Amino acid sequence: MERPLTQNIRQDRVPLSVNEYKTTGGYKSLLMTLREMTPGEVKEEVNKSTLKGRGGAGFPTGLKWSFFPEIEKIGKPRYLVANADEMEPGTFKDRLLLEGNPHQIIEGILITAYALQADVSYIYLRWEYRQAYERIKLALKEAYEQNLIGSNILGSKFDHNIFIHVSAGRYMCGEETALLNALEGKRASPRAKPPFPQVSGLWGRPTIVQNVETLCNVPWIVLNGAEWFRNLSKIPEGGTKLFGVSGRVKIPGLWELLMGTLLREIVEQYAGGMREGLKLRAVMPGGSSTSLLLKEHLSAQMGFDTMIQAGSRLGTGTVIVLDDKTCPVGLLENLIHFYARESCGWCTPCREGLAWINAILYSIENGAGKTEDIEILNDQCELLASGNTYCALAPGAIDPLKSALKYFAEDFEIHIMEKRCPYDRNIY
Amino acid sequence: MLIGKTSLREYEIREIESLRERYPVKQALIIDALMIVQKRSGWISDELIKSLADFLDFSVEEIDSVATFYNLIFRKPVGKHKILICSSLCCWLNGSDLISENLKKILGIEFGGTTSDGQFTLIPIQCLGMCDKSPAMMIDEDSFGCLKVNNLTDILESFD
Repeated sequence: MERPLTQNIRQDRVPLSVNEYKTTGGYKSLLMTLREMTPGEVKEEVNKSTLKGRGGAGFPTGLKWSFFPEIEKIGKPRYLVANADEMEPGTFKDRLLLEGNPHQIIEGILITAYALQADVSYIYLRWEYRQAYERIKLALKEAYEQNLIGSNILGSKFDHNIFIHVSAGRYMCGEETALLNALEGKRASPRAKPPFPQVSGLWGRPTIVQNVETLCNVPWIVLNGAEWFRNLSKIPEGGTKLFGVSGRVKIPGLWELLMGTLLREIVEQYAGGMREGLKLRAVMPGGSSTSLLLKEHLSAQMGFDTMIQAGSRLGTGTVIVLDDKTCPVGLLENLIHFYARESCGWCTPCREGLAWINAILYSIENGAGKTEDIEILNDQCELLASGNTYCALAPGAIDPLKSALKYFAEDFEIHIMEKRCPYDRNIY
Repeated sequence: MLIGKTSLREYEIREIESLRERYPVKQALIIDALMIVQKRSGWISDELIKSLADFLDFSVEEIDSVATFYNLIFRKPVGKHKILICSSLCCWLNGSDLISENLKKILGIEFGGTTSDGQFTLIPIQCLGMCDKSPAMMIDEDSFGCLKVNNLTDILESFD
């Protein structure tokens, strides 16, 4: 099986130096791009590859780029932002790419920037990824020294600068318009769309925000072609994907597998199934804002469209497993507590609604729930649905709640009837 | 360019100035500048906010509105070491709540509190991206995964 994204990442994650990266074929794709391809040809290849954004939303990358105005229409400055603010609970995939092969992400940024004719890129990196920060900083220095970044890159007419911006925290900053506000030195509240960032982003200029994993795919698509990329996948969405599993499984971890790999294969084969004495009860297929799925859904393929068909979303592709000894109400309480805290407070439904849901779940889990609480929770799910809020934070928070109210209605009832949580919090 | 009189230290000014070329407008420096001056004592006092406001030529309110938004900018005194304990889903599934309870007991503080000797401040934090090594925490810039109740004291003792 081909594993383009991770094949040059060492077991201990010690990254390749610029020269080591080159001996594996690194920056060959950039050189080819600059010498042989027009920006339009790069865009066309990425469009044909059927690459979808790996940050969670799965928006087709080629389509996103097509909304970016031609340089003849809107000149410089034009920006590219690498979203390295990985903070979705359960998600630890970009960390591997950032720590393990920083030159790959730099090459991805450069080729993308060339395609878009952007002149400046920012890597928006969460503070907690300290090792990634040191490694990217060093890789950028090496790349500048070898004229891979800067003016007239590798003798071409293409100029590009890349800067790291280290975040000061808040989950909200991963949302693309909130991220732009953070980069501008403001509070990270989301912006209304339209205008979309492609047209009016950073400081009102054309801006594209892409996830780290998305960008890492670009050099490989250019080098090996769109057809090769499409053929990697088992479904009509091209490429490989970093899949992870966490929770009480035997071997939590991260694997680069073909897009469309069965959920069951990832959980049972790669993660080794449940730990001794535990049974699988439900999974969240791609981080904490994806709806819960049950055992019968394990036969679904991990892809953006296939996961929607199964009743959830692929999200970030990092699976969270809920076992039969852990309280699902407790799980939801933990989750909504997080979202309520992280709400930026900009729009009312999210700010007030999540706090309300949080208080109700706390009281149910702690034996003070009332029968009418379930109705309030169901109402809130409607009020916080997509379209009622500025950004996807609240809708992302209630998707799992909705699924839990559906699949674990009995658990909620027992909590309320017995005025206690029936689960033992027995971890060790 | 940057203006105003200030109590900022020379090395802080140099570090802030060195980032100036990255952004077309100086407002974008606010977060970097806050993080730079925070290195002094781990948190940012009202006086420092005022100094930054003068230096960057923004109002105190503008600077503070940014400072108070971000959870890694501290506007209250903190201990010498910050413990950031992941309170998100995957760590919770593996007992992070029990780890937190034990940390509170060992340190004699609640979330947000600082030990009486000023050594540690305990703060719950969103997912640290160590879900395969949960439960996890950071102390300052060091990460610790696969935490067990009985190895917490050893970890804490390695910080002086």
